[in-house]
Amino acid sequence: MGFALLVIIWLITFGSAYFFIAKTWWLPVGASAAAHWIDGQFTLTYVLMGIVFFAAQLSLGYIVWKYRERPSSGPVEYSHGNTTLEVVWTILTAVLFIGLNLMGSSVWASQRFDPAQPGAVPVEVTGMQFAWYFRYPGLDGKYGATNATLMDPSAGGEAAVGLDPSDPAAKDDVVTGTMFLPVNREVDLSIRSVDVIHSFFVPSLRFKQDAVPGLNIHMHFTPNQIGDYEIACAELCGLGHYKMHGIVKVVSQEDFDRWLAAREAEKQ
Amino acid sequence: MATTATLHSHAPQGFIRKYIFSLDHKVIGLQYFFLALTAVWVGMFLSLLMRIHLVWPTASLPLVGEIKPEMYLSLLTMHGTIMVFFVLTTAPQGGFGNYVLPIQIGAPDMAFPVLNMLSFWTTFVGFVVILAAFFVSGGAPLHGWTGYPPLSAVQSAGPGEGLGADLWITSIAIFCAASLMGALNFITTTLDLRAKGMTLMRMPLTVWSWFITAILGLLAFGVLLSAGILLLMDRNLGTSFYVPLIVVNGQIMGHKGGSPLLWQHLFWFFGHPEVYIAILPGMGVTSQVLSTFSRKPIFGYKAMVYAMLSIGFLGFMVWGHHMFMSGMSPYSAFAFSLLTMCIGVPSAIKTFNWLGTMWKGRIRFYTPMLFAIGFVSLFVSGGLSGPFLAQPVLDIQLHDTYFVVGHFHLIMGVAAIFGIFAATYYWFPKMFGRMMNESWGKAHFWLTFIGTYAIFMPMHYLGMAGGTRRYSQYTEVAYLQRLMPIHTFMTYAAIITIASQFIFVINLFWSMFKGPKASDNPWESTTLEWTTATPPPHDNFGGRTPVVKHGPYEYGVPGAAKDFIMQTDPATTPAH
Amino acid sequence: MATFIPSGPVTHEQLGHGGGVTEPPVRGGGDEGQGDEGSDYVGRLRRARLGVAVAIAAVVMIFVSLTSAYIVRQGLPTFDSPSSSYVRDWGEVSLPLALLIMNTAVLLISSVTMEGARRSITRQSALAPVTSIPGVSLGEERRFPWLGLTVVLGIGFLAGQFLAWSELRRRGFFIPTNPNSSFVYLFTGVHAVHLAGGVLALLWAGMTSLLDKPIESRRIVIDVTAWYWHFMALLWVYVFALLEFAR
Repeated sequence: MGFALLVIIWLITFGSAYFFIAKTWWLPVGASAAAHWIDGQFTLTYVLMGIVFFAAQLSLGYIVWKYRERPSSGPVEYSHGNTTLEVVWTILTAVLFIGLNLMGSSVWASQRFDPAQPGAVPVEVTGMQFAWYFRYPGLDGKYGATNATLMDPSAGGEAAVGLDPSDPAAKDDVVTGTMFLPVNREVDLSIRSVDVIHSFFVPSLRFKQDAVPGLNIHMHFTPNQIGDYEIACAELCGLGHYKMHGIVKVVSQEDFDRWLAAREAEKQ
Repeated sequence: MATTATLHSHAPQGFIRKYIFSLDHKVIGLQYFFLALTAVWVGMFLSLLMRIHLVWPTASLPLVGEIKPEMYLSLLTMHGTIMVFFVLTTAPQGGFGNYVLPIQIGAPDMAFPVLNMLSFWTTFVGFVVILAAFFVSGGAPLHGWTGYPPLSAVQSAGPGEGLGADLWITSIAIFCAASLMGALNFITTTLDLRAKGMTLMRMPLTVWSWFITAILGLLAFGVLLSAGILLLMDRNLGTSFYVPLIVVNGQIMGHKGGSPLLWQHLFWFFGHPEVYIAILPGMGVTSQVLSTFSRKPIFGYKAMVYAMLSIGFLGFMVWGHHMFMSGMSPYSAFAFSLLTMCIGVPSAIKTFNWLGTMWKGRIRFYTPMLFAIGFVSLFVSGGLSGPFLAQPVLDIQLHDTYFVVGHFHLIMGVAAIFGIFAATYYWFPKMFGRMMNESWGKAHFWLTFIGTYAIFMPMHYLGMAGGTRRYSQYTEVAYLQRLMPIHTFMTYAAIITIASQFIFVINLFWSMFKGPKASDNPWESTTLEWTTATPPPHDNFGGRTPVVKHGPYEYGVPGAAKDFIMQTDPATTPAH
Repeated sequence: MATFIPSGPVTHEQLGHGGGVTEPPVRGGGDEGQGDEGSDYVGRLRRARLGVAVAIAAVVMIFVSLTSAYIVRQGLPTFDSPSSSYVRDWGEVSLPLALLIMNTAVLLISSVTMEGARRSITRQSALAPVTSIPGVSLGEERRFPWLGLTVVLGIGFLAGQFLAWSELRRRGFFIPTNPNSSFVYLFTGVHAVHLAGGVLALLWAGMTSLLDKPIESRRIVIDVTAWYWHFMALLWVYVFALLEFAR
């Protein structure tokens, strides 16, 4: 029985680790500036935790096999523990865990402590059951007022976010169902929700933030590879949660300007 | 209270007083155990439906027909709620704690037997109320076991958010009241009813774990109760505690200015200690079983006690790590993250001490021991994904993905269940006077151990690749479709694992009536429950009052006559 | 670590349950003076007091969480989209102060009468073994109805709170009027429910005096209810202060 445990525990350990090491399923390709740092911290955590995982599981398997009761077993070692070992082990794990945490926190600080740089592209993200809308403030750089009494989700677009046409700042606002972003420029997001909590999650851009009704959350990131990236809602929002998805199209600056100009022209 | 005086008199006669409204902690413990056993089958059946739907979304199933997305969400809500409250909180604490704790400290019963009975029947009512949510119009709620408003606070936010959601909250509130009564009883019993010589530092680690769990429950369930009252008011009285001005389906709801994050703070202030409420008794049982079957004293008894105390203490200061992506201040995320990492330290101490307990022992592989070893393995596997999720920067990728689902299922789901299994196999002889079948027990262990790893380990891969949780189908998003093979594998693993649970149930009921008679101390264990008759008499010790002379885990003492010294054995002079 | 001999003084050992067992009870003999049957009462009283202390801790947690909700809800603004700015909504409630002060006085007085009831029953139970001896009489002592008075005052307080709610409604403040008024009803309601529990316990104690129960049983109920009652009075002062001064 001891040997069977050793074999199974070791097999589970190696089997689980295989798919991590072979990266059969891994983080999607990172297409934002933060991806490098986030993935670095992930890899560091993964290597350190991997070592602990191996050490603990392999020794568990070994110990249960080695110290199984046999006719030849001698008396057990009568011991209530070893305080020195205990203290050393405590300090080691404390250093490991707290050190790991401090290393990750600088990345977090760069992502979330500071606001977006001046000159970032402003985009407002609005979540509602079960769609995402994206609003660009237009040439004046100001979002027009929105009003709950004007919201009409079935109409889509501007009506869905309740854009108030009487506000002069709203005249040039562009509302779309697909998010266009210029590559290598920081994006200044305002994330909102009109009904329940949603979460704006773009795995390839290493970005996630809940959209909370009653809050207007400012976040920023910088996409650095041209391509189409999928958005998946990451907070349970109702029966259509699984199909509340969208696309972020990261394009060149010229393509972005051309696209935005065309949308503005449509509005006139 | 009035019945404490009758403790030493004869056991009550008549079926109702003896088995239904019994005041005997042993009967109440068994009632809790069977309630949890019923609940776990319900919860497991729901998870089976979910797994089948994920892989074969259009399949028509017996009893339920084709599962629609909204029904999938109801299933996951009810699965989570039933498992967390009526299984993981009820079985280890209400069940085994109730049955074993008074005997292990040498008490004739709980401090307040009437309260104990009320606590069980209140829990029972809570279970009936939550099951009723399935049968009302609109069905069970779909807001998940965490019930985040506004989804859970507005009737029109989805099917099941009508009466079903009200029943869901009511059931939880009832459960909170029952748990508070239970916690009160456990704390008072442990502090006041210990036998002579049973100092705090001579209590078995199981008693420590139930005691600390009770303290956590006492401080945590009141908070959930208040949170639930506020939610009920938002739903039915038009208040705006949690709900700001929102527009659902083009309709303006009548709320204004509420904070959805307020619920999350209150819920997780309860929710994180709840995780430890589920796992701490498992830690206690594992310590007890590892020591018994390694024939060795527990390695670092005091360190184990302090580790559990610090886990309990820190458990109240880390709730924010569930909210890194919620819009909470990024500065507080920093603090919550650091404190969360600190919990890793006592957890590592416990693992180290479990390995140390087996080291140089003489391990006997009875079924309870196998499950305890399984617990350690799962605790390590589930625990090590914690430091990933404790870092807010990694939560940008991992939050609300299957990585989280894999993490908490391994550690507070399966590891805690392994604790319950270890406890069942270990105390079954004491509870029913018969032995369980070892071969079936071992078969059950192997299938469950391998099966649960096969279900929950792949969830980590799924999560790293961005596989979001609570999706009823992976067909709508292109990158998720590519992850379907993992889901298919997990579903097959789940079907096999769930099927193998029949081995356990058959073994349980068969052994209850047909198993070989158990002796008073079949495992050659040391704690007080093994000094009394099997099953124990009505007042536990048949009129005797035990006097404790030894620590709880005196195995392999050099120079002793046997390889174990029971806690009540006469004090002998040490050999060394 | 050696566990053969109890190391040091064993301070936590408890006994006190049961008579006629192999080990004589460590405590539970003496000063309260009860016969063989009742040797458990001291232990029961101690347990009941411990239990009520633990229960009070649970109630404290309920009010701590409500208070934190109160503070958070008061301080947290929400985004108002027409004006693109964060706004606070909290609102005013004009509390019926005179009525609430009167209720407070009633509750505080009831706390005093409750203490009177507790001391009276303590005295009675101490004398019980003497008076129960046939032929011994300490004279027919006219007992002041502390318990009944407390129940009346407690119900009076609850009625007063009900009047306060009516007055609030008359002034136009309903539960959903604004967050402030929601919290006023919430706090007073939750407190009233807890106090009603205390009233029920007292009624039960009163009923046991009619039944043929030993006085010690009644004493335990009254004693722990008294501690709970004092806590409820204190809690009400806190709730009142919170609603009046932290709005």
